[in-house]
Amino acid sequence: MGVISRGFSGRRSAADVKLPPGHYLTTDFPVLSAGPTPHVSLDRWEFVIDDGANVLRRWDWKSFRDLPTETFTVDIHCVTRWSKLGTSWEGVSLDTMLADVKTDASHAMVPSYGDYTTNLPLNDLRNKQAWIAFRFDNKDLAPEHGGPARLLVPHLYLWKSAKWVRGITLMHQDKPGFWESLGYHIYGDPWREQRYSGDE
Amino acid sequence: MWRVGTVVALHDETATARTITLEVSDWPGHVAGQHVDVRLTASDGYSAVRSYSIASAPNAEKRVELTVERLPNGEVSPYLTQEVAIGDPLEMRGPIGGWFVWRAQQTEPIQLVAGGSGIVPLMAMIRSRALAGSTAPFRLLYSVREPQAVFYREELQALSDQDHSLGLTYAYTRVAPKDWPRPAGRIDAALIANIAWPSKIVPTCYVCGPTSFVENASRLLTASGNDPEKIRTERFGPTGERQ
Repeated sequence: MGVISRGFSGRRSAADVKLPPGHYLTTDFPVLSAGPTPHVSLDRWEFVIDDGANVLRRWDWKSFRDLPTETFTVDIHCVTRWSKLGTSWEGVSLDTMLADVKTDASHAMVPSYGDYTTNLPLNDLRNKQAWIAFRFDNKDLAPEHGGPARLLVPHLYLWKSAKWVRGITLMHQDKPGFWESLGYHIYGDPWREQRYSGDE
Repeated sequence: MWRVGTVVALHDETATARTITLEVSDWPGHVAGQHVDVRLTASDGYSAVRSYSIASAPNAEKRVELTVERLPNGEVSPYLTQEVAIGDPLEMRGPIGGWFVWRAQQTEPIQLVAGGSGIVPLMAMIRSRALAGSTAPFRLLYSVREPQAVFYREELQALSDQDHSLGLTYAYTRVAPKDWPRPAGRIDAALIANIAWPSKIVPTCYVCGPTSFVENASRLLTASGNDPEKIRTERFGPTGERQ
């Protein structure tokens, strides 16, 4: 236990919900981004899966939207300590997008319009736990929340769910992305409180 | 790793914002723009953590200043702005963040744009510049609700008076002082055109404030010709309690 703060009692959540350690509930949707919000037009939007040298798959907006979609409801957890429960989305499962990709890669780098990147183990993008989402709360995803389309990997801190995604680069070893190079954890599991580099 | 700082000074910046000066014996030093996590713990072990920007310049004295704005329904900020007393221990972690920072080695022109308590990390940059004797040309555009909401007014004026390469412009969104040249309102393209660095000299821009402020300001900077890659932002939401 930490040093007791004289006279502090805190404001505890009455609801009996399970949150990651150190988190509190919010009902709005705060925005955190490293730079200005890019506005990506659908005519020039594309999503490319490559292995660093060769393009393996490519979609423009129309062919992407022709893929089968899923609606799903998930809890999201931001490293700045807010959690938002029961958010509803529509998107394409990455199992669908990676289905025909034959690879022995272990990791992936996910780049965005606006030059953000984030890294993940490839397994975390598979197995029904990651989507390219384009609708939130029955509305097209707003640019400040990552529209036209963002990665959603809700089992990791939300910075891993890159906004304005434009593809996936498969890698044979892990490499830090944008925030991961600037003091944040390489993996980012909220339940193990992996916020900053150096956290176990 | 949690460090324990001791509160050595308290200073009210406005009716709702207070600067807390901490002495942290094992402080490793910081860079202007970084933040810390502050942890409060109740007697039964319940704890709450929020992030606050550091207001002070990197210094040799192991002192860290935080300026905290009290949020009406906040859990941590009311305690920090009303309860904390000199001599109290306060737990913190950090410094954190390697993106929204200004280092004294940077020599290019700098455009700072603050909305409300978003001034805090930008003040650390201005103080860091003064302390390092840097001559990097700085301009600050500081947007606030009303004159009484300005943090650090006298210090900013003094720094700007003694060094003309620090430019200072206030913009008021609700109430402007009497005879103020610009009516109260959000910052707009005309204001950016008049007082920000022209984009052709390629300033690095730091924009900090509430989400809607940062969206608007960074859009205006981009529209006036600045490269989005030269614009660094830090946003705090209504529940974010992050400055």
